[in-house]
Parts: sequence; structure tokens; C-alpha cells
Amino acid sequence: MKIEGQVRIPSGCAISAAISKDGNKMSGEMIINSIKPMHDRSNGLGGGFAGYGIYPEYKEFYALHMFFDSRETRKECEAFLKERFEIVHSEVIPTRKIPAITAEPIIWRYFAAPLKSVLVSLQLEEKEFVAKTVMKINAEMPGAYVFSSGKNMGAFKAVGFPEDVGVFYKLEEYEGYSWTAHGRYPTNTPGWWGGAHPFTLLDYSVVHNGEISSYDANRRFIEMFGYKCTLQTDTEVITYIMDYLLRVQELTLGETASVIAAPFWSTIAAKTDLNAQKKHTYLRTMFPSLLITGPFSIVFGFEGGLMALNDRLKLRSMVVGEKDDKIFIASEEAAIRSMEPNAENIWSPAGGEPVIVNVKEGAF
Amino acid sequence: MQIIDAANLDYRAVNEALRGTGSDYLIEGCLGQRFIAAGMSDKNLTINGIPGNALGAYLNNANITVNANAQDAVGDTMNEGKILIHGNVGDTAGYGMRGGKIFVQGNAGYRAGIHMKAYKEKIPVMIIGGHAGSFLGEYQAGGVIIILGLHKDSKPIVGNFPCTGMHGGKVFLRGTCEDIHFPKQVTARHADTKELEEIRKYLAEYCSDFGYSADELLSEPFTVITPDSKNPYKQMYIAN
Repeated sequence: MKIEGQVRIPSGCAISAAISKDGNKMSGEMIINSIKPMHDRSNGLGGGFAGYGIYPEYKEFYALHMFFDSRETRKECEAFLKERFEIVHSEVIPTRKIPAITAEPIIWRYFAAPLKSVLVSLQLEEKEFVAKTVMKINAEMPGAYVFSSGKNMGAFKAVGFPEDVGVFYKLEEYEGYSWTAHGRYPTNTPGWWGGAHPFTLLDYSVVHNGEISSYDANRRFIEMFGYKCTLQTDTEVITYIMDYLLRVQELTLGETASVIAAPFWSTIAAKTDLNAQKKHTYLRTMFPSLLITGPFSIVFGFEGGLMALNDRLKLRSMVVGEKDDKIFIASEEAAIRSMEPNAENIWSPAGGEPVIVNVKEGAF
Repeated sequence: MQIIDAANLDYRAVNEALRGTGSDYLIEGCLGQRFIAAGMSDKNLTINGIPGNALGAYLNNANITVNANAQDAVGDTMNEGKILIHGNVGDTAGYGMRGGKIFVQGNAGYRAGIHMKAYKEKIPVMIIGGHAGSFLGEYQAGGVIIILGLHKDSKPIVGNFPCTGMHGGKVFLRGTCEDIHFPKQVTARHADTKELEEIRKYLAEYCSDFGYSADELLSEPFTVITPDSKNPYKQMYIAN
């Protein structure tokens, strides 16, 4: 069988998220429950979660979550990693055997820090080095795939329905201040473990419902900066665009939203706030190739926060609600109600209107 | 009145229960089940909880009351009957609707009334109490859409690009709408007395459902938007 990245099949998904602005921890069980009422949005070919604040005991280390196709590949990859990282802890990621999830690859995690000597000799900043290493493994080491590489966070994903994926990874045993979830209905690719969402790089993660029509234009542009899109799936390119705009170009989240979901020129021209008009004109002019067109609703996770964003035409649904210290985001209100039956202020952000939630400084 | 506890039922099971011989049903604990009452006739249904997408799709003369918000595509392609929502609706409410009524107390998301149509005595009517999102009445071909702007939360009564692609039917927005930009292919003007008389019966029914006064609503000017038959939409995407 051809694996994802080798096949293209020219069709929906479910997303949900919860975050505590006070940094209060929530068990992974809640986010699993959120995805249940949206079961019919997925087709069993992918589910996944990202949790933030889940590894407090190793929070200074990059948590590399990896899939391997064989023991040999793992040994080979570990030898590669040991030349570049100090690995303080490595283990099989605990899973449950359940009938709904089959054909699992070998799934490991490594808590690691880049070797100082390597950073000095390559003259690379730590995050850049880790990002480059992830790209290298995913593009050049057949059978090995890094699916999570941030500090004090982790992605968990598989082929299956998301509620089963959560049970498979024993997410009820983890506690995080922020969670995202995804149920997949793959549209252009056959659905492999690595292609399930969230897509991640460093502490950035993306869950996405939609199908962007600018994929190739975006890919061609982003690959000029060292990113390698290995899976042909649109969410991967969104993740790298976010990393490029936020980490490399140092744009704010709001500015990044204005690049990828830029308003129409006619909307910009009609703006009465001249500073806003100037800013939007500048951003569209600077990064025309990073405008993402076609339907998308995404939740973007990062250390200490979340951002939700719809495409500028709002071709996918997204609902936001709140209760006390928590903000909930989902494709459907039913998902929010299953996390918090008494959620308040339920509203739908407009197309291209980012919803940015930050955890209080010092609380994560 | 028969009660359906939807707590652990999927959408098939909910609809199966609704297809029973009774005519009056109450769904309790609804949480995201799709297609509720799709294609059904001669039922009176009340829903507690959040119904899923495509509530009342292809509805054929049934009455549905929702005591909360509803999600996307309420009344998709409905033919006859009435859907009453005591809350907000998501995107694409009344998608391709060709008859019946959708009355919403709160707000509507994007693309409310997209591709509504009418034929002879079949005139669909959608009334939104609050504000509507962008692309209201996109590609509208017939029927009546009324937005009241009763509780706008400082938002405009309608978002961007209203009535894009409109080639039939009427949209009524309460107020003068001076700051709203309409496409060149439609005409926006003050509704005249005859037009207001046309919608009075709909508003009277809406007001009796939700407890407002039709006279009070009609005491303010309405803007009516119709296609400009001298300058219709043509070749929107390709020269053909």
C-alpha cells in the first residue's frame, strides 16, 4: 500500500479546544468528550489531540514524539539524535490495546536538549536547530516521523475516530492548561498516522477543518525557507506558515491572522481607521504568497495560549464560548456544551477575525 | 406529547423515534444530533438542548421549536412548515429554502438565506431578530428575508457583501442602512407603504411568537433590497 505523501485523492473535519486563562489544569478526558457529539464530521481515518502543560517534570526539554516503522529505524534514529541531543529520558508512549485502533507504528517519546557544542559549531539558535532537525528526520529518514517537538506539550494522533484515539493514548492520565482536538475526514490523502492532526512544529500546533485551495502556492513559497512539506496535506503547510511568520518574522498573532486571512482589497479600501488600512495594505503586499484561500477553520496552539481563526469568507463553522476562567472553541456548539453545559456568551467569530486567548503570565 | 430522551441517541435513533405514530414530540437533552425531523410532515416538535446541523432539512410541513441556539444549515431546502428558534442560528440558515418560515429570535451567522427561491404560492420567509453575518441572501432567487436588528451588540445589522449574486426575492433591513455597502447589481431603497403592508402579516406572526409589537417595529423605516433588473448579475465568474 502506498502511504500518505505518495497518493493524492482529490472533500470535512471537527475541531475543538479548551483553555484556562488562569492556567488551571484540565484532564484529557474533557477534550475527548468534546469531540464525541461531532462524531459524524470524521470518517475514522484520523484523530488527534494536543495538550499544553502536560510534562511539568520535563518542562525544560523538547518532548519529541515519534513514529517508527521498525526497531531498526528507531535504533538508527536514536543514534542520529544522540549525536545532536542530550536525551534525559526516553520511553514508549503508553497506549491501550483497543479494537478500534489497529496497525499502530512504534510510538516513542524523547525528552531532549540540543547539545551546546553542536549549537555553537552550527551557529544556530536552539529552536532553529530543533526545527531543522525535525525537518531533516521527516524528509530524509524513511520510516521515522517526528509528530511533536515542543517543550511541556505534546501531540497524540492516530488513524481512527478521535474519541478512540484519546482512549488509545490514555489521555485521561494527562493534565494540561490547554487542549485541542481534531476528528479527521481526509480529503486529498489516504490518511496515515503522521497525517492526522494536530500538525506541530516546536510548541506550535494546528488543528484544521477545511481544504485550502492555495496549498501549492503556499508550499512553493514556504519551501524557499527550509521547510519541507512531506505529506501533501494542507495543515502541514499552515503549521509551517505560522512558524515562519511568528518565530522567524516575529509578527504578532493578530498580524499573522491578517496575512493568512487577509481582508479583500475592497474591505481594506473601505476601512475608516487609516492606520489599520495601512497595516493591512503592508501585510498583504509583503506576504502575498502566504494568503490562505479556500475554506478553513483552525485552532492554533502555542505555549501559553490559543488562537482560533476562520478563512476570510468563513466557509467553515466555528463557535466560541466561555465559563469562568475557561474559553471553549469548537466546530459546533454541541461540543462546547459537552465540555461545559453552562457555557456562556456563545458567539461566532467573523471570517478572518482571530480569537486570541492568552494564559495569565506566570500561570503556565 | 411524547418525550424522546436524546442523551445517548445518535441522529438515526432520534429520527426513528420521531417517525412514530404520534404528532407531538419533545426532545430532551439534544446535543448535536444532525438532520432532526428531516423531510418530516405533520409533526409538532419541541427541542431542549442544542440540535445539530441541518435541523429540519427538507422539512415538509412540520413545526419545530428550539428553546436554545441552533447550529448550521437550519431548514436546508425546507419546503413547508415553520422553525422557531429562541436563540441564534449558525451559518447558512435557510439554505436553498423554497417554502415555509424560519423565525429566529437572536442572530444569524454567515450566508443566511443563501439561494432561497420562490414559486407561485410558495414564498419562504426568514426573519432574524438580531443581526446577520456577511453574505446575507447570497444568490437569493426568491422569498422574503427580514432582519430586525433588535439586539445588535454594537455590531452592524448585517456584515459585508449582503445580497451578492441576488437575482430574485426581497431583503428587508430595519433602519436606513446608510453605512452599508450593497453591490451594484441590486437596488437598496426605503420600503414604501405597500411593501411594508406586504411584510406586516409576517411580522405580526413573529411578534406574537416572541412577544414583540409589530406596530413598534414598523414605526421605524425599513430598507428593502431587490435585484436591479436593468443591471443584473451576469458573467460573475466566466464569460459565457
